[in-house]
This record gives sequence, C-alpha cells and structure tokens, in this order.
Amino acid sequence: MKDKKDTRVVVGMSGGVDSSVTALLLKEQGYDVVGIFMKNWDDTDENGVCTATEDFDDVVRVCNQLDIPYYAVNFEKQYWDKVFTYFLDEYKAGRTPNPDVMCNKEIKFKAFLDHALSLGADYLATGHYAQVRKVGDRYKMLRGVDDNKDQTYFLNQLSQSVLSRVMFPLGELPKKEVRRIAAENNLATAHKKDSTGICFIGERNFKEFLSEYLPAQPGKMATLDGVEKGKHEGLMYYTIGQRQGLGIGGPGDPWFVVGKNLKDNILYVEQGFEHDALYSDGLIATDLNWIDGQPLTEPLECTAKFRYRQNDSKVTVYPIENNKVHVVFDENERAITPGQAVVFYHNEVCLGGGTIDEIIKDEKPLDYVG
Amino acid sequence: MDSIYLDHAATAPVNPEVIHAMVPVLENTFGNPSSVHHFGRQARRLLDRARETMAASIHANEKEIVFTSGGTEADNLALIGTALANQHKGKHIITTEIEHHAILHAANYLEKRGFNVTYLPVSETGAISVESLEQALTEETILVSVMMVNNETGVIQPVKQIAELLKEHQSYFHTDAVQAYGTLPIDVKDLGVDLLTVSSHKINGPKGVGFLYSKESVMMEARQHGGEQERKRRPGTENVASIVGFQRAVELMMENRETMVQTYETYKQTFLQILTDEQVKFSVNGERDNAVSTIINLSFPGANVESLLTNFDLSGVAASSGSACTAGSVEPSHVLAAMYGSEDARCVNSIRFSFGMANTNENVIEAARRVAIIVKRLTTL
Repeated sequence: MKDKKDTRVVVGMSGGVDSSVTALLLKEQGYDVVGIFMKNWDDTDENGVCTATEDFDDVVRVCNQLDIPYYAVNFEKQYWDKVFTYFLDEYKAGRTPNPDVMCNKEIKFKAFLDHALSLGADYLATGHYAQVRKVGDRYKMLRGVDDNKDQTYFLNQLSQSVLSRVMFPLGELPKKEVRRIAAENNLATAHKKDSTGICFIGERNFKEFLSEYLPAQPGKMATLDGVEKGKHEGLMYYTIGQRQGLGIGGPGDPWFVVGKNLKDNILYVEQGFEHDALYSDGLIATDLNWIDGQPLTEPLECTAKFRYRQNDSKVTVYPIENNKVHVVFDENERAITPGQAVVFYHNEVCLGGGTIDEIIKDEKPLDYVG
Repeated sequence: MDSIYLDHAATAPVNPEVIHAMVPVLENTFGNPSSVHHFGRQARRLLDRARETMAASIHANEKEIVFTSGGTEADNLALIGTALANQHKGKHIITTEIEHHAILHAANYLEKRGFNVTYLPVSETGAISVESLEQALTEETILVSVMMVNNETGVIQPVKQIAELLKEHQSYFHTDAVQAYGTLPIDVKDLGVDLLTVSSHKINGPKGVGFLYSKESVMMEARQHGGEQERKRRPGTENVASIVGFQRAVELMMENRETMVQTYETYKQTFLQILTDEQVKFSVNGERDNAVSTIINLSFPGANVESLLTNFDLSGVAASSGSACTAGSVEPSHVLAAMYGSEDARCVNSIRFSFGMANTNENVIEAARRVAIIVKRLTTL
C-alpha cells in the first residue's frame, strides 16, 4: 500500500458543496489531491453566459482554498454521443430515460476515470453518497448512510474494476454534516444551492428544452376504453403516473397518465390515483449489471427500487436469457415506468440493476404502458 | 519538483531591473501628469521620457505613441477606432483567420454594426498569402489588420509585402506586433504600417500597459471618453509607474534583443533535439524556418491537449495550447483549425512551448525530458 502522500486522487469537482467537501476530506487525510472539473454540456446563452463558467469559478475558489491544483476536461462530444443521444432516442420511443445512470456509466466512471488514470491517479473520488467496501478481493457498493441522499440508484451500472478505483468519502456522512464541514472550513461553496434536475436542462423548462430537439406531435388523449378526454401536446412530455398538466377538469377524482400508444399517438389517461391500470405485478429489465460480476443463474429474493428516492419493495428476480430478468413484485406496484432503472439491494448492499423494458401483469405485458 | 516555465508567449516574468525602475515612481512620483503644479510636472516628465523611448524603439515620433492598458485595448482602438472614424470612405475591413481574439472579436463587433469583414485564410505553412489579400481588396476597404507574428505558431507574416501592396490604396494598415516586438527589429517607416500594437508584459515589463503606434495622419475615434490624455485618443490618468517599468523593459530589450534571440534559438533546438533523441513522435506546426525563436508549436499524434497539459503541469512543465479557454477547458485552436481544417487531429493534440527569461539551458533540457516521458506514456497506453 502506497503512502497517502504518494497516492494521487483525482476528485471530480462540479463546483457544488458535495465535491468540494470530498476534496477537503481527502486533502485532510493526506492524499495527493487533484481537482478536475468536467464540462459535458455547452449551455452558453445569447449573452455568452454559461453556468459551467460560474461552476468552474467555484471549483477554482475551493481548490485555491485547499491549495490543490485544478484543471478542466471537456467531454461534450462523448456526452452527446453516449448520453444525450440515448436520452433523445428513449423519448422518441415513448419512454422516460435516466440520463444520470448513463452519465455515470459512460462518462464519469469511464471517460473521466480513464482521464484520471492517464494523469497518474490511483483513485477517482466523487461526491456521491454511496460507500465502497473491499471484502476479500471483491468490492461491494453500499448505500450512503444518509437515507435521503443515497445515490446508489444512479451508480447501479458500476463494475468491479471501476469500484477498485473509486472513492466516495461522503458515503459515510449525513448531508447535514457535509454542509457543516463546508461552513466550518469557510468553503466558497458552503452555502451554494444544490443543483436540481437533469444537469444539461438545469433550471429551464423541460418541455421547452425537449421541443428544441424533438418535434412535438400533439394528439388525442383518451381512456383505455377509447373515450376521448382532450388533446396532448406530444407523448414525450408525459410520464406514467403523471397528474399535472393534463388539463382535464370536471367532477370526481383527478386524472393520471396510465400509458402511451406510440403507433396511433394516443395518451392514455384514467381517473383516480389508485386506478387499477396504474398497477402491475412485475417487469422485464434489460442491460443488467451485477456489481459482483457474476451473472444471475438462480432466482434471487431481494428488494428493489424502481425510481430514485422510493422505498425498497420486496421482489424476486428470475433470470431469463440474454442478460434479461423478470422481476416479480411481492405486492403490486404503482406507475412502473419503462426507461427508468430498476436497482436491487440486499439490505445495505447494492447488487446492481438494469433498465425497465416491459411492465407485466398477470404474466402478460401491459402493452398500453408503451 | 521545480516547475519550469515554457509559456512566455502567454506572459513573461518581470525583469528585476523593471521592478527597480518602478518602485521609486510608486514611492515618490504620485502626481497626475495633467496637473499644473510641481507634482504633476514630475510625473509628466517621466511619461514624456518613456514615450520617447517607445517611439525610438520603432522609429516613430513620440506624438504617434498612444499608451493603453495593453495589447487588447490597443488592438480594439486600432480596429474599432479607425473603422468608426473612416466609415464614410467604405465599410470593408480585411483581417486574417489567425489573429488574436482581441482582433477577431473586435472585428465581429464591427460586423454586427454593419461593417463587412474578410478573414483571410492561411495555408499549412501558417502564413497568409499576399495574393489572397490582393484579391480581397476593394475600393471600400478602409482597414487591413494582419499580425506580424502569430502567437500560437510563431510564424512570421508577410507584413512588409502587404504594406507595399497597400501603398497606393486608401486603406490603413494595422499590425498586431505583440509577439514580434522583442524578437524582430521593427522600423514602422521601413515596414510601412500605419498602426502597430505593442504589449509590455510579453517583454518582461509589467502587465496592464501597452501602446498603439498610430501614424500622425491616421483618423481615429477614441473608445473611451473623458479627459484630454494621449491627445484625446485614450483618456484616463496615465499609469505612470507601469509606463516607466515598460520603458525600462523596452530599453533592456533593445540592448539585448539580438543575443537573447540567439539564446532562445539554441533552447528551441536543444528542446527539439532531446525529443528526437528520446524518439518522441511529433511534428512542428507551421513552417519552422519562418518562425520566431521564442515559440514552437508541436503536434503529438495520439495524445490530446487536455491530458498533455494537465500531465505536464503535474510534472512541473508549464506550457499551453495557445488557445482560448472556456470554463477552464481547452477549445480547439482556431489558428491550427485555420491551417489544417477544424477536423484535423493536430487541432486537439498540439502544444505551444515558448521560451524566454525564465529559462536556462539546464531547465530546458529537464523540461524536454519530462515532456518526452509523458508523451511516450500517453501515446503508448
């Protein structure tokens, strides 16, 4: 084991409080810390202002406070090819993609990790709320101790070789403690607001953003029985279980999106939060990654998350051919959405995950979901 | 590990003699050169002497020297100031694709305000051709701006030939001599230019000061509005201490230029020889025999700029890609894109090394060895 002062750790710095504290903690522990800002998206507006410039300025201020060198690296092209193209393709297919999962898989823990290694780094550290633990010669990924901030959902595609090279120093801390450390050390980002939403959209209107890239095709809104309830603005603007923005008035319970018919461009809606059409008993997931590196051969009882920040649900995972699984829910689940990630856990250990491809009820695919 | 500075084209260390010249001014001569009292006159005397030195260094007269805050301001004043004052004669301007952004962005600004700008291309040699300029000239052309030495490649542009061509034309001729001043002898009369930009900090003077040579006959509008300083062409209380420091830097440069140029040429050769001996794969961007001794721009096939620069810095070699940065990340060089086309790999695998006062034969050798190790590691991964 190398001395800490001879162990180079590249910290992926976003200009936010989490990665700032990550760098601070590693520096305090005595590592040779290098801060690198990643630019994945050009959001320069007509005034030449771009949030990346402001975020980079914060990286500069924090790195100077910590007396560590800082650099930047541009992955706009890779991000466009690997993440944004996927993002648009999924919307075109009527699904609800998760670009953060893809960004972690293809950019942060691939292109960026490679870049860090090319700089002679021993490790790449980020401000994610997750924990890596070495057990024997294998690596396990555990949830962050702050339940509310745990980010293993987004990290479900990491492999053994990646985990052997990463550090998540914040995984053992509650967010409140991270803010406290930042404030105590007067870090320039101590009181900076956490970023919300998808990084390349930022605070902008989602519909407006998407319409810049995909032509919206307005169409009919109808119940599953074919009763017309109005017009939709384009299927891509809606997700399963959505209530807001449907514009259906009248008496009774609110209306919800329950599915999409891509072929005929119909948005399916039904009345009532508890409507039966929103419930399913299983799903088919593809693109499975098992963090221990072993393919699934036997049915597995575990818990699963179908969306970020949802409580775990009990499931049984049955392997099918071609890196596909059938996930059977112990109790019916509401508003499972194709394109989102399903992530599996055994207590605190994140086992891996995949992409939700089909929704199953009574052993048949729910075709109306899309 | 010692950091070795190979980025003199970005900025250069301040010569200790320059500092010695500045300190007494800051301590004793605080007067405003425009004031009509003893204190003002003391400052004014320093300012006038400095102006004489600047003028003599390019064979101009002192009325033709306009002190500015540096190269960028001088370039902006030259372009926008003359364009606005001469638009009744035409609205066409010619410059090149390889100018510094101080020129390119000033030209963009004029385009948005109704001027037509022609950007001359360059060949792979890194130089523009006089023929292309001849073809671009019209009766509407009021200004031609071509840099004397490119800041990224060091390639010398055919400024004298252009001036020859423009002799009988109404157009003014401006040259950005920021990289040339200090490496090439400059005589504005012999060269035949009407406007010429110089910056202090590239020749070991302080930052924040420079001058524009503007021939007496040139019609030019001020960009700032205020007092009567610099014959109304650049109002604002003069930065006397920096101007005196700049003066000292000019004097030292004039005394030592030829020997320094020789020294830097040997550094450049040593540097390239070591890379060759270490069997590093590289090529020189731009025609090497037509470049100043201080700058060399090298392409390392199979590597990329960000990885190279970060690795160099982490191992104590300070160089640059010679290009603009946004949010700290390196944009592909517009100069190399003009030479090779924007898709060429050389636009994203090239590094500028520039030699100067911070170098010794020993640290150049050491830097070349470090560079060789890194390039070989990155290109054989």
